[in-house]
Amino acid sequence: MSITKRYGKATILDGIELSLQRGEIFGLLGPSGSGKTTLVKLLCGIEEATEGSVQVFEERMPDLKLMKRIGYMAQSDALYVELTAKENLEFFASISGVKRAECKERIQDVMKLVDLEQHLNKKVEAYSGGMKRRLSLAIALLHNPDILLLDEPTVGIDPALRQKIWDTFEELRKKGVLILVTTHVMDEADRCTRLGLIREGKLIAVGSPDQLKTNTQTTTIEQAFLTYGG
Amino acid sequence: MRILALVIRILRQFIHDKRTMALMIIAPILVLTMLSLVFNGEELKLKIGAVNVPNAMIERIEGNNVTVTKLEATEDVKREIKENDYDAILNFGRSENEIHLEGSDPTINKAIVERIRSSMGSEQTEANMAIQYVYGSSEMTTFDHFGPVLVGFFIFFFVFLIAGVSFLRERTQGTLLRLLASPIKRWELVLGYVIGFGLFTMIQSAIIALYSIYVIDLKMEGSFFYVLIITLMLALSALTLGILLSSFAKNELQMIQFIPLVVVPQLFFSGLFNLDTISDYLSWIGPLTPLYYGAEALRDVMIKGQGISDIWVDVVVLIGFSLLFIILNIIALKKHRRI
Repeated sequence: MSITKRYGKATILDGIELSLQRGEIFGLLGPSGSGKTTLVKLLCGIEEATEGSVQVFEERMPDLKLMKRIGYMAQSDALYVELTAKENLEFFASISGVKRAECKERIQDVMKLVDLEQHLNKKVEAYSGGMKRRLSLAIALLHNPDILLLDEPTVGIDPALRQKIWDTFEELRKKGVLILVTTHVMDEADRCTRLGLIREGKLIAVGSPDQLKTNTQTTTIEQAFLTYGG
Repeated sequence: MRILALVIRILRQFIHDKRTMALMIIAPILVLTMLSLVFNGEELKLKIGAVNVPNAMIERIEGNNVTVTKLEATEDVKREIKENDYDAILNFGRSENEIHLEGSDPTINKAIVERIRSSMGSEQTEANMAIQYVYGSSEMTTFDHFGPVLVGFFIFFFVFLIAGVSFLRERTQGTLLRLLASPIKRWELVLGYVIGFGLFTMIQSAIIALYSIYVIDLKMEGSFFYVLIITLMLALSALTLGILLSSFAKNELQMIQFIPLVVVPQLFFSGLFNLDTISDYLSWIGPLTPLYYGAEALRDVMIKGQGISDIWVDVVVLIGFSLLFIILNIIALKKHRRI
Protein backbone atom coordinates (compact mmCIF):
# COMPACT_ATOMS: atom_id res chain seq x y z
CA MET A 1 0.00 0.00 0.00
CA SER A 2 1.01 3.56 -0.44
CA ILE A 3 -1.21 6.10 1.18
CA THR A 4 -1.73 9.62 2.34
CA LYS A 5 -4.70 10.39 4.59
CA ARG A 6 -6.00 13.85 5.26
CA TYR A 7 -8.93 15.08 7.31
CA GLY A 8 -9.61 18.54 5.99
CA LYS A 9 -6.24 20.25 6.11
CA ALA A 10 -4.71 17.96 8.72
CA THR A 11 -2.49 15.32 7.23
CA ILE A 12 -2.70 12.30 9.51
CA LEU A 13 -0.72 9.85 7.42
CA ASP A 14 1.90 11.19 5.04
CA GLY A 15 3.03 9.02 2.15
CA ILE A 16 3.23 5.74 3.97
CA GLU A 17 4.43 2.88 1.80
CA LEU A 18 4.33 -0.54 3.31
CA SER A 19 3.87 -4.11 2.22
CA LEU A 20 2.97 -6.87 4.64
CA GLN A 21 3.29 -10.62 4.09
CA ARG A 22 1.22 -13.51 5.33
CA GLY A 23 2.77 -15.32 8.23
CA GLU A 24 4.23 -12.32 9.93
CA ILE A 25 3.43 -10.32 13.01
CA PHE A 26 3.91 -6.69 12.17
CA GLY A 27 4.14 -4.36 15.13
CA LEU A 28 3.21 -0.73 14.68
CA LEU A 29 4.98 1.43 17.22
CA GLY A 30 4.46 5.10 17.82
CA PRO A 31 3.32 7.74 20.29
CA SER A 32 -0.40 8.47 20.62
CA GLY A 33 -1.69 10.71 17.87
CA SER A 34 0.93 9.47 15.42
CA GLY A 35 -1.66 7.89 13.12
CA LYS A 36 -1.58 4.23 14.16
CA THR A 37 -5.32 3.86 14.54
CA THR A 38 -6.02 5.70 11.28
CA LEU A 39 -3.67 3.31 9.49
CA VAL A 40 -5.48 0.31 10.97
CA LYS A 41 -8.86 1.75 9.94
CA LEU A 42 -7.60 2.23 6.40
CA LEU A 43 -6.48 -1.39 6.31
CA CYS A 44 -9.80 -2.75 7.49
CA GLY A 45 -11.76 -0.66 5.02
CA ILE A 46 -13.66 1.75 7.25
CA GLU A 47 -11.60 4.70 6.10
CA GLU A 48 -10.33 5.42 2.64
CA ALA A 49 -7.05 6.96 1.54
CA THR A 50 -7.08 10.54 0.28
CA GLU A 51 -4.24 9.65 -2.07
CA GLY A 52 -2.91 6.26 -2.98
CA SER A 53 -4.57 2.96 -2.25
CA VAL A 54 -4.67 -0.02 0.05
CA GLN A 55 -4.51 -3.39 -1.64
CA VAL A 56 -5.31 -6.65 0.11
CA PHE A 57 -4.85 -9.97 -1.72
CA GLU A 58 -4.41 -7.99 -4.95
CA GLU A 59 -7.82 -6.32 -4.48
CA ARG A 60 -8.35 -2.69 -3.75
CA MET A 61 -9.90 -1.88 -0.35
CA PRO A 62 -12.57 -1.26 0.73
CA ASP A 63 -14.26 -4.41 -0.53
CA LEU A 64 -16.97 -6.30 1.30
CA LYS A 65 -15.67 -9.72 0.23
CA LEU A 66 -12.23 -8.93 1.58
CA MET A 67 -13.63 -7.62 4.82
CA LYS A 68 -14.91 -11.12 5.53
CA ARG A 69 -11.29 -12.31 5.71
CA ILE A 70 -10.21 -9.59 8.12
CA GLY A 71 -10.55 -9.70 11.89
CA TYR A 72 -10.57 -6.26 13.46
CA MET A 73 -10.27 -5.27 17.07
CA ALA A 74 -10.82 -1.59 17.68
CA GLN A 75 -9.00 0.48 20.26
CA SER A 76 -12.19 0.97 22.26
CA ASP A 77 -14.18 -2.10 23.15
CA ALA A 78 -17.11 -2.23 20.80
CA LEU A 79 -19.42 -4.45 22.83
CA TYR A 80 -23.11 -4.46 23.71
CA VAL A 81 -22.80 -4.21 27.46
CA GLU A 82 -26.42 -5.07 28.21
CA LEU A 83 -26.01 -8.43 26.47
CA THR A 84 -24.12 -11.46 27.73
CA ALA A 85 -20.74 -12.39 26.27
CA LYS A 86 -22.34 -15.31 24.48
CA GLU A 87 -25.01 -13.10 22.89
CA ASN A 88 -22.30 -10.68 21.74
CA LEU A 89 -20.33 -13.52 20.20
CA GLU A 90 -23.40 -15.03 18.52
CA PHE A 91 -24.29 -11.66 17.04
CA PHE A 92 -20.85 -10.91 15.64
CA ALA A 93 -20.51 -14.51 14.42
CA SER A 94 -23.58 -14.22 12.20
CA ILE A 95 -22.59 -10.74 11.06
CA SER A 96 -19.12 -11.98 10.03
CA GLY A 97 -20.61 -14.97 8.24
CA VAL A 98 -19.72 -17.85 10.57
CA LYS A 99 -21.88 -20.83 9.67
CA ARG A 100 -24.56 -21.70 12.18
CA ALA A 101 -23.29 -25.26 12.62
CA GLU A 102 -19.78 -24.07 13.47
CA CYS A 103 -20.89 -21.16 15.60
CA LYS A 104 -21.05 -22.94 18.95
CA GLU A 105 -17.70 -24.62 18.51
CA ARG A 106 -15.98 -21.41 17.41
CA ILE A 107 -17.36 -19.54 20.41
CA GLN A 108 -16.01 -22.22 22.77
CA ASP A 109 -12.62 -22.16 21.03
CA VAL A 110 -12.06 -18.42 21.10
CA MET A 111 -13.32 -18.03 24.65
CA LYS A 112 -10.93 -20.74 25.81
CA LEU A 113 -8.13 -18.90 24.06
CA VAL A 114 -8.77 -15.69 26.00
CA ASP A 115 -9.51 -17.59 29.19
CA LEU A 116 -13.12 -16.47 29.54
CA GLU A 117 -15.04 -19.70 29.01
CA GLN A 118 -16.47 -19.71 32.52
CA HIS A 119 -17.85 -16.18 32.05
CA LEU A 120 -19.72 -16.93 28.84
CA ASN A 121 -23.19 -16.27 30.22
CA LYS A 122 -22.28 -13.19 32.21
CA LYS A 123 -23.49 -9.79 31.07
CA VAL A 124 -20.70 -7.67 29.65
CA GLU A 125 -21.57 -4.83 32.09
CA ALA A 126 -20.22 -7.07 34.83
CA TYR A 127 -16.90 -7.55 33.02
CA SER A 128 -13.69 -5.79 34.08
CA GLY A 129 -11.72 -3.69 31.60
CA GLY A 130 -9.27 -6.49 30.88
CA MET A 131 -12.06 -9.00 30.38
CA LYS A 132 -13.77 -6.71 27.88
CA ARG A 133 -10.48 -6.39 26.00
CA ARG A 134 -10.20 -10.17 25.86
CA LEU A 135 -13.79 -10.55 24.68
CA SER A 136 -13.10 -8.04 21.89
CA LEU A 137 -10.11 -10.11 20.88
CA ALA A 138 -12.23 -13.27 20.92
CA ILE A 139 -14.73 -11.57 18.60
CA ALA A 140 -11.94 -10.59 16.19
CA LEU A 141 -10.75 -14.22 16.06
CA LEU A 142 -14.25 -15.66 15.72
CA HIS A 143 -14.43 -16.13 11.95
CA ASN A 144 -10.90 -17.51 11.42
CA PRO A 145 -9.68 -14.45 9.53
CA ASP A 146 -6.59 -14.51 7.29
CA ILE A 147 -5.65 -11.04 8.44
CA LEU A 148 -5.88 -9.81 12.02
CA LEU A 149 -5.81 -6.08 12.68
CA LEU A 150 -5.46 -5.47 16.40
CA ASP A 151 -5.44 -1.96 17.78
CA GLU A 152 -3.70 -2.16 21.17
CA PRO A 153 -5.00 -5.65 21.96
CA THR A 154 -3.30 -6.18 25.31
CA VAL A 155 -4.06 -2.95 27.17
CA GLY A 156 -5.29 -3.79 30.67
CA ILE A 157 -4.45 -7.47 30.42
CA ASP A 158 -2.18 -8.92 33.09
CA PRO A 159 1.33 -10.16 32.12
CA ALA A 160 0.62 -13.89 32.45
CA LEU A 161 -2.39 -13.76 30.16
CA ARG A 162 -0.56 -11.41 27.81
CA GLN A 163 2.11 -14.07 27.37
CA LYS A 164 -0.59 -16.60 26.57
CA ILE A 165 -2.22 -14.32 24.02
CA TRP A 166 1.10 -13.68 22.32
CA ASP A 167 1.68 -17.44 22.17
CA THR A 168 -1.64 -17.63 20.34
CA PHE A 169 -0.52 -14.93 17.91
CA GLU A 170 2.61 -16.96 17.26
CA GLU A 171 0.53 -20.07 16.52
CA LEU A 172 -1.72 -18.18 14.15
CA ARG A 173 1.31 -16.70 12.44
CA LYS A 174 2.69 -20.16 11.79
CA LYS A 175 -0.62 -21.07 10.14
CA GLY A 176 -0.06 -18.22 7.70
CA VAL A 177 -2.17 -15.51 9.26
CA LEU A 178 -0.96 -11.94 8.90
CA ILE A 179 -1.20 -10.08 12.19
CA LEU A 180 -0.82 -6.36 12.59
CA VAL A 181 -0.70 -5.02 16.14
CA THR A 182 -0.31 -1.52 17.41
CA THR A 183 1.32 -1.30 20.80
CA HIS A 184 3.02 0.86 23.39
CA VAL A 185 4.56 -2.06 25.23
CA MET A 186 8.20 -2.48 24.28
CA ASP A 187 8.63 -6.09 25.35
CA GLU A 188 5.77 -6.95 23.01
CA ALA A 189 7.61 -5.22 20.21
CA ASP A 190 10.45 -7.70 20.63
CA ARG A 191 8.10 -10.58 19.81
CA CYS A 192 7.06 -9.10 16.44
CA THR A 193 8.51 -10.39 13.19
CA ARG A 194 8.89 -6.87 11.89
CA LEU A 195 8.33 -3.47 13.35
CA GLY A 196 7.26 -0.18 11.86
CA LEU A 197 8.05 3.00 13.74
CA ILE A 198 5.54 5.73 13.04
CA ARG A 199 5.76 9.35 14.07
CA GLU A 200 3.57 12.30 13.07
CA GLY A 201 2.08 10.29 10.23
CA LYS A 202 5.42 9.29 8.76
CA LEU A 203 6.89 5.83 8.78
CA ILE A 204 10.39 6.51 10.07
CA ALA A 205 11.78 2.99 10.13
CA VAL A 206 10.81 -0.58 9.17
CA GLY A 207 12.66 -3.74 10.01
CA SER A 208 12.97 -6.69 12.35
CA PRO A 209 13.58 -5.80 16.01
CA ASP A 210 17.20 -6.95 15.72
CA GLN A 211 17.80 -4.98 12.53
CA LEU A 212 16.47 -1.82 14.12
CA LYS A 213 18.66 -2.31 17.16
CA THR A 214 21.75 -3.00 15.08
CA ASN A 215 21.12 -0.03 12.77
CA THR A 216 20.96 2.34 15.69
CA GLN A 217 23.60 0.56 17.73
CA THR A 218 21.26 0.30 20.68
CA THR A 219 20.21 -2.62 22.86
CA THR A 220 16.49 -2.00 23.26
CA ILE A 221 13.64 -1.07 20.91
CA GLU A 222 12.89 1.88 23.14
CA GLN A 223 16.33 3.34 22.58
CA ALA A 224 16.14 2.53 18.88
CA PHE A 225 12.84 4.38 18.63
CA LEU A 226 14.27 7.40 20.39
CA THR A 227 17.32 7.41 18.14
CA TYR A 228 15.15 7.37 14.99
CA GLY A 229 12.83 10.01 16.34
CA GLY A 230 15.62 12.18 17.67
CA MET B 1 -29.14 -13.79 7.73
CA ARG B 2 -27.23 -10.75 8.89
CA ILE B 3 -30.50 -8.83 9.14
CA LEU B 4 -31.89 -11.64 11.29
CA ALA B 5 -28.82 -11.45 13.55
CA LEU B 6 -29.45 -7.72 14.03
CA VAL B 7 -33.14 -8.29 14.75
CA ILE B 8 -32.36 -10.97 17.35
CA ARG B 9 -29.74 -8.76 18.97
CA ILE B 10 -32.07 -5.76 19.24
CA LEU B 11 -34.86 -7.88 20.75
CA ARG B 12 -32.40 -9.39 23.24
CA GLN B 13 -31.28 -5.90 24.23
CA PHE B 14 -34.90 -5.02 24.91
CA ILE B 15 -35.41 -8.13 27.00
CA HIS B 16 -32.32 -7.33 29.08
CA ASP B 17 -33.22 -3.65 29.38
CA LYS B 18 -36.51 -3.94 31.20
CA ARG B 19 -36.65 -0.29 32.17
CA THR B 20 -36.64 0.92 28.56
CA MET B 21 -39.24 -1.66 27.68
CA ALA B 22 -41.43 -0.50 30.53
CA LEU B 23 -40.91 3.16 29.61
CA MET B 24 -42.06 2.61 26.06
CA ILE B 25 -45.29 0.94 27.14
CA ILE B 26 -46.17 2.29 30.56
CA ALA B 27 -45.21 5.95 30.11
CA PRO B 28 -47.65 6.65 27.23
CA ILE B 29 -50.39 4.79 29.09
CA LEU B 30 -49.77 6.80 32.24
CA VAL B 31 -49.79 10.15 30.45
CA LEU B 32 -52.91 9.29 28.47
CA THR B 33 -54.69 8.27 31.65
CA MET B 34 -53.73 11.49 33.38
CA LEU B 35 -54.82 13.60 30.43
CA SER B 36 -58.14 11.83 30.23
CA LEU B 37 -58.77 12.90 33.81
CA VAL B 38 -57.75 16.54 33.61
CA PHE B 39 -58.75 17.75 30.17
CA ASN B 40 -60.20 21.21 29.49
CA GLY B 41 -61.71 22.89 26.42
CA GLU B 42 -60.74 25.99 24.44
CA GLU B 43 -62.05 28.86 22.18
CA LEU B 44 -63.07 28.14 18.61
CA LYS B 45 -64.24 29.65 15.36
CA LEU B 46 -67.53 28.22 14.22
CA LYS B 47 -68.89 27.79 10.71
CA ILE B 48 -72.59 27.24 10.44
CA GLY B 49 -74.79 26.59 7.41
CA ALA B 50 -78.39 27.79 7.49
CA VAL B 51 -81.42 26.52 5.56
CA ASN B 52 -84.66 28.51 5.79
CA VAL B 53 -83.51 30.38 8.83
CA PRO B 54 -85.01 33.89 9.33
CA ASN B 55 -82.54 36.70 8.57
CA ALA B 56 -83.12 38.30 11.95
CA MET B 57 -82.01 35.15 13.66
CA ILE B 58 -78.95 34.71 11.45
CA GLU B 59 -77.86 38.21 12.43
CA ARG B 60 -78.20 37.33 16.07
CA ILE B 61 -76.21 34.10 15.71
CA GLU B 62 -73.47 35.71 13.66
CA GLY B 63 -70.44 37.59 14.97
CA ASN B 64 -68.04 36.76 17.73
CA ASN B 65 -66.13 34.06 15.82
CA VAL B 66 -69.27 32.65 14.22
CA THR B 67 -69.96 32.80 10.48
CA VAL B 68 -73.30 31.79 9.03
CA THR B 69 -73.80 30.91 5.37
CA LYS B 70 -77.21 30.65 3.76
CA LEU B 71 -77.79 27.38 1.96
CA GLU B 72 -80.37 25.95 -0.43
CA ALA B 73 -82.55 23.26 1.05
CA THR B 74 -80.59 20.04 1.03
CA GLU B 75 -81.46 16.41 1.53
CA ASP B 76 -78.00 15.09 2.24
CA VAL B 77 -76.89 17.07 5.25
CA LYS B 78 -74.04 14.70 5.99
CA ARG B 79 -72.48 15.26 2.59
CA GLU B 80 -72.89 19.01 2.84
CA ILE B 81 -71.09 19.02 6.17
CA LYS B 82 -68.33 16.76 4.99
CA GLU B 83 -67.64 18.59 1.73
CA ASN B 84 -67.92 22.19 2.87
CA ASP B 85 -66.47 21.71 6.32
CA TYR B 86 -69.46 23.11 8.29
CA ASP B 87 -69.49 22.64 12.02
CA ALA B 88 -73.28 22.56 11.92
CA ILE B 89 -76.24 23.08 9.62
CA LEU B 90 -79.53 24.57 10.79
CA ASN B 91 -82.61 23.40 8.98
CA PHE B 92 -85.74 25.34 9.99
CA GLY B 93 -87.87 24.46 6.97
CA ARG B 94 -89.62 21.47 8.46
CA SER B 95 -92.12 20.82 11.16
CA GLU B 96 -89.30 20.65 13.62
CA ASN B 97 -86.28 22.93 13.75
CA GLU B 98 -83.29 20.72 13.14
CA ILE B 99 -79.68 21.26 14.16
CA HIS B 100 -77.26 18.90 12.47
CA LEU B 101 -73.95 18.90 14.28
CA GLU B 102 -70.72 17.70 12.71
CA GLY B 103 -70.21 16.22 16.11
CA SER B 104 -66.61 15.03 16.31
CA ASP B 105 -65.50 17.84 18.63
CA PRO B 106 -67.62 18.09 21.79
CA THR B 107 -66.38 21.62 22.53
CA ILE B 108 -67.75 22.80 19.19
CA ASN B 109 -71.01 20.92 19.70
CA LYS B 110 -71.62 22.58 23.01
CA ALA B 111 -70.70 26.06 21.75
CA ILE B 112 -73.09 25.82 18.81
CA VAL B 113 -76.04 24.60 20.81
CA GLU B 114 -75.48 27.34 23.41
CA ARG B 115 -75.23 30.03 20.76
CA ILE B 116 -78.40 28.96 18.96
CA ARG B 117 -80.40 28.63 22.14
CA SER B 118 -79.45 32.12 23.28
CA SER B 119 -80.30 33.66 19.88
CA MET B 120 -83.76 32.11 19.78
CA GLY B 121 -84.77 34.04 22.81
CA SER B 122 -88.53 34.68 23.04
CA GLU B 123 -89.39 34.00 19.42
CA GLN B 124 -89.28 30.27 19.61
CA THR B 125 -89.34 27.76 22.34
CA GLU B 126 -86.70 25.14 22.80
CA ALA B 127 -89.22 22.37 22.67
CA ASN B 128 -89.41 22.07 18.91
CA MET B 129 -85.67 21.85 18.32
CA ALA B 130 -84.08 18.51 17.38
CA ILE B 131 -80.34 18.04 17.64
CA GLN B 132 -78.78 15.43 15.39
CA TYR B 133 -75.17 14.29 15.27
CA VAL B 134 -73.51 13.42 11.98
CA TYR B 135 -70.53 11.92 13.80
CA GLY B 136 -70.23 11.29 17.49
CA SER B 137 -73.01 11.82 20.02
CA SER B 138 -73.93 14.03 22.95
CA GLU B 139 -72.13 11.61 25.25
CA MET B 140 -68.77 12.28 23.63
CA THR B 141 -66.28 13.97 25.96
CA THR B 142 -63.52 16.37 25.01
CA PHE B 143 -61.00 13.65 25.59
CA ASP B 144 -62.69 11.41 23.05
CA HIS B 145 -61.82 14.07 20.49
CA PHE B 146 -58.20 14.54 21.55
CA GLY B 147 -57.60 10.92 22.42
CA PRO B 148 -56.76 9.58 18.96
CA VAL B 149 -54.27 12.41 18.38
CA LEU B 150 -52.61 11.80 21.72
CA VAL B 151 -52.43 8.04 21.20
CA GLY B 152 -50.62 8.74 17.93
CA PHE B 153 -48.42 11.41 19.47
CA PHE B 154 -47.17 9.35 22.41
CA ILE B 155 -46.39 6.36 20.25
CA PHE B 156 -44.49 8.67 17.91
CA PHE B 157 -42.68 10.42 20.76
CA PHE B 158 -41.38 7.32 22.54
CA VAL B 159 -40.46 5.35 19.45
CA PHE B 160 -38.59 8.38 18.08
CA LEU B 161 -36.63 8.84 21.28
CA ILE B 162 -35.74 5.21 22.00
CA ALA B 163 -34.84 4.34 18.41
CA GLY B 164 -32.78 7.50 18.03
CA VAL B 165 -30.90 7.02 21.27
CA SER B 166 -30.11 3.36 20.68
CA PHE B 167 -28.76 4.03 17.22
CA LEU B 168 -26.75 6.91 18.63
CA ARG B 169 -25.35 4.61 21.32
CA GLU B 170 -24.33 2.20 18.61
CA ARG B 171 -22.15 5.01 17.32
CA THR B 172 -20.78 6.35 20.60
CA GLN B 173 -19.90 2.94 22.02
CA GLY B 174 -18.00 2.10 18.83
CA THR B 175 -20.09 -0.86 17.78
CA LEU B 176 -21.28 0.91 14.61
CA LEU B 177 -17.68 1.23 13.45
CA ARG B 178 -17.03 -2.35 14.45
CA LEU B 179 -20.09 -3.46 12.44
CA LEU B 180 -18.94 -1.46 9.44
CA ALA B 181 -15.58 -3.26 9.62
CA SER B 182 -17.55 -6.45 8.96
CA PRO B 183 -18.97 -7.38 5.56
CA ILE B 184 -22.46 -6.11 6.49
CA LYS B 185 -24.06 -3.92 3.85
CA ARG B 186 -25.44 -0.52 4.80
CA TRP B 187 -29.00 -1.38 3.80
CA GLU B 188 -28.83 -4.58 5.84
CA LEU B 189 -27.91 -2.55 8.88
CA VAL B 190 -30.78 -0.08 8.44
CA LEU B 191 -33.31 -2.79 7.63
CA GLY B 192 -32.23 -4.88 10.60
CA TYR B 193 -32.85 -1.92 12.83
CA VAL B 194 -36.22 -1.17 11.28
CA ILE B 195 -37.43 -4.76 11.62
CA GLY B 196 -36.01 -5.29 15.11
CA PHE B 197 -37.58 -2.13 16.48
CA GLY B 198 -40.62 -2.60 14.28
CA LEU B 199 -41.44 -5.91 15.99
CA PHE B 200 -41.20 -4.38 19.42
CA THR B 201 -43.12 -1.31 18.29
CA MET B 202 -45.91 -3.53 17.03
CA ILE B 203 -46.43 -4.94 20.51
CA GLN B 204 -46.14 -1.48 22.05
CA SER B 205 -48.67 0.08 19.68
CA ALA B 206 -51.12 -2.75 20.22
CA ILE B 207 -50.95 -2.46 24.01
CA ILE B 208 -51.34 1.33 24.00
CA ALA B 209 -54.24 1.21 21.54
CA LEU B 210 -55.98 -1.58 23.47
CA TYR B 211 -55.56 0.28 26.74
CA SER B 212 -56.81 3.59 25.33
CA ILE B 213 -59.90 2.03 23.83
CA TYR B 214 -60.90 -0.54 26.44
CA VAL B 215 -59.56 0.89 29.70
CA ILE B 216 -59.59 4.68 29.24
CA ASP B 217 -62.68 4.02 27.14
CA LEU B 218 -61.90 6.35 24.27
CA LYS B 219 -64.62 6.57 21.68
CA MET B 220 -64.11 3.79 19.16
CA GLU B 221 -66.42 3.66 16.16
CA GLY B 222 -64.25 1.94 13.57
CA SER B 223 -62.22 -1.23 13.38
CA PHE B 224 -59.45 -1.93 15.86
CA PHE B 225 -57.44 -3.51 13.08
CA TYR B 226 -57.23 -0.16 11.23
CA VAL B 227 -56.12 1.59 14.40
CA LEU B 228 -53.33 -0.96 14.69
CA ILE B 229 -52.21 -0.44 11.11
CA ILE B 230 -52.18 3.35 11.47
CA THR B 231 -50.27 3.35 14.76
CA LEU B 232 -47.75 0.88 13.40
CA MET B 233 -47.13 2.95 10.27
CA LEU B 234 -46.84 6.07 12.40
CA ALA B 235 -44.38 4.28 14.69
CA LEU B 236 -42.30 3.17 11.69
CA SER B 237 -42.00 6.75 10.48
CA ALA B 238 -40.96 7.82 14.00
CA LEU B 239 -38.44 4.98 14.13
CA THR B 240 -36.80 5.82 10.82
CA LEU B 241 -36.84 9.56 11.54
CA GLY B 242 -35.29 8.96 14.98
CA ILE B 243 -32.46 6.89 13.51
CA LEU B 244 -31.89 9.50 10.82
CA LEU B 245 -31.69 12.43 13.22
CA SER B 246 -29.43 10.50 15.58
CA SER B 247 -26.68 10.84 12.99
CA PHE B 248 -26.82 14.60 13.54
CA ALA B 249 -26.47 14.28 17.32
CA LYS B 250 -23.19 13.84 19.15
CA ASN B 251 -24.66 12.50 22.39
CA GLU B 252 -27.90 11.57 24.11
CA LEU B 253 -28.53 15.13 25.31
CA GLN B 254 -28.45 16.47 21.76
CA MET B 255 -30.87 13.73 20.74
CA ILE B 256 -33.28 14.90 23.43
CA GLN B 257 -32.92 18.45 22.12
CA PHE B 258 -34.51 17.28 18.89
CA ILE B 259 -37.77 16.63 20.72
CA PRO B 260 -38.91 20.27 21.13
CA LEU B 261 -37.66 20.96 17.62
CA VAL B 262 -39.00 18.00 15.70
CA VAL B 263 -41.58 16.11 17.73
CA VAL B 264 -43.52 18.67 19.77
CA PRO B 265 -44.34 21.03 16.85
CA GLN B 266 -45.98 18.10 15.07
CA LEU B 267 -48.54 18.06 17.84
CA PHE B 268 -49.63 21.63 16.95
CA PHE B 269 -50.42 20.61 13.40
CA SER B 270 -52.00 17.28 14.19
CA GLY B 271 -55.47 18.66 14.97
CA LEU B 272 -55.10 18.80 18.71
CA PHE B 273 -55.64 22.53 18.31
CA ASN B 274 -58.16 23.58 15.73
CA LEU B 275 -56.33 23.82 12.42
CA ASP B 276 -58.56 26.61 11.08
CA THR B 277 -57.07 29.03 13.57
CA ILE B 278 -53.45 28.43 12.57
CA SER B 279 -51.72 31.39 10.97
CA ASP B 280 -51.17 31.11 7.21
CA TYR B 281 -47.45 31.59 7.75
CA LEU B 282 -47.32 28.28 9.53
CA SER B 283 -50.12 26.20 8.05
CA TRP B 284 -47.89 24.73 5.32
CA ILE B 285 -45.84 22.88 7.95
CA GLY B 286 -48.62 20.48 8.89
CA PRO B 287 -48.67 18.41 5.69
CA LEU B 288 -44.90 17.89 6.01
CA THR B 289 -45.18 16.06 9.33
CA PRO B 290 -46.01 12.35 9.74
CA LEU B 291 -48.20 12.94 12.80
CA TYR B 292 -50.54 15.14 10.71
CA TYR B 293 -51.54 12.11 8.65
CA GLY B 294 -51.42 9.61 11.49
CA ALA B 295 -53.70 11.72 13.70
CA GLU B 296 -56.14 12.41 10.89
CA ALA B 297 -56.44 8.72 10.06
CA LEU B 298 -56.82 7.77 13.72
CA ARG B 299 -59.63 10.33 14.17
CA ASP B 300 -61.34 9.11 11.01
CA VAL B 301 -61.40 5.55 12.31
CA MET B 302 -61.96 6.09 16.03
CA ILE B 303 -64.49 8.96 15.96
CA LYS B 304 -66.08 8.79 12.52
CA GLY B 305 -65.88 5.02 12.16
CA GLN B 306 -64.50 5.28 8.67
CA GLY B 307 -62.73 2.43 6.93
CA ILE B 308 -59.87 1.81 4.56
CA SER B 309 -61.41 3.84 1.73
CA ASP B 310 -61.07 7.00 3.82
CA ILE B 311 -57.71 6.36 5.47
CA TRP B 312 -55.66 4.71 2.74
CA VAL B 313 -54.18 8.00 1.56
CA ASP B 314 -52.91 8.76 5.06
CA VAL B 315 -51.46 5.28 5.45
CA VAL B 316 -49.72 5.48 2.08
CA VAL B 317 -48.24 8.88 2.96
CA LEU B 318 -46.92 7.43 6.24
CA ILE B 319 -45.32 4.51 4.40
CA GLY B 320 -43.83 7.07 2.02
CA PHE B 321 -42.30 8.97 4.94
CA SER B 322 -40.77 5.76 6.31
CA LEU B 323 -39.34 4.75 2.94
CA LEU B 324 -37.87 8.21 2.44
CA PHE B 325 -36.25 8.14 5.89
CA ILE B 326 -34.90 4.61 5.30
CA ILE B 327 -33.24 5.69 2.06
CA LEU B 328 -31.82 8.81 3.72
CA ASN B 329 -30.48 6.60 6.53
CA ILE B 330 -28.66 4.35 4.08
CA ILE B 331 -27.16 7.45 2.48
CA ALA B 332 -26.27 8.98 5.87
CA LEU B 333 -24.28 5.86 6.79
CA LYS B 334 -21.98 6.69 3.87
CA LYS B 335 -20.42 9.22 6.20
CA HIS B 336 -18.93 6.26 8.08
CA ARG B 337 -18.14 3.92 5.21
CA ARG B 338 -18.43 4.55 1.49
CA ILE B 339 -19.45 1.03 0.44
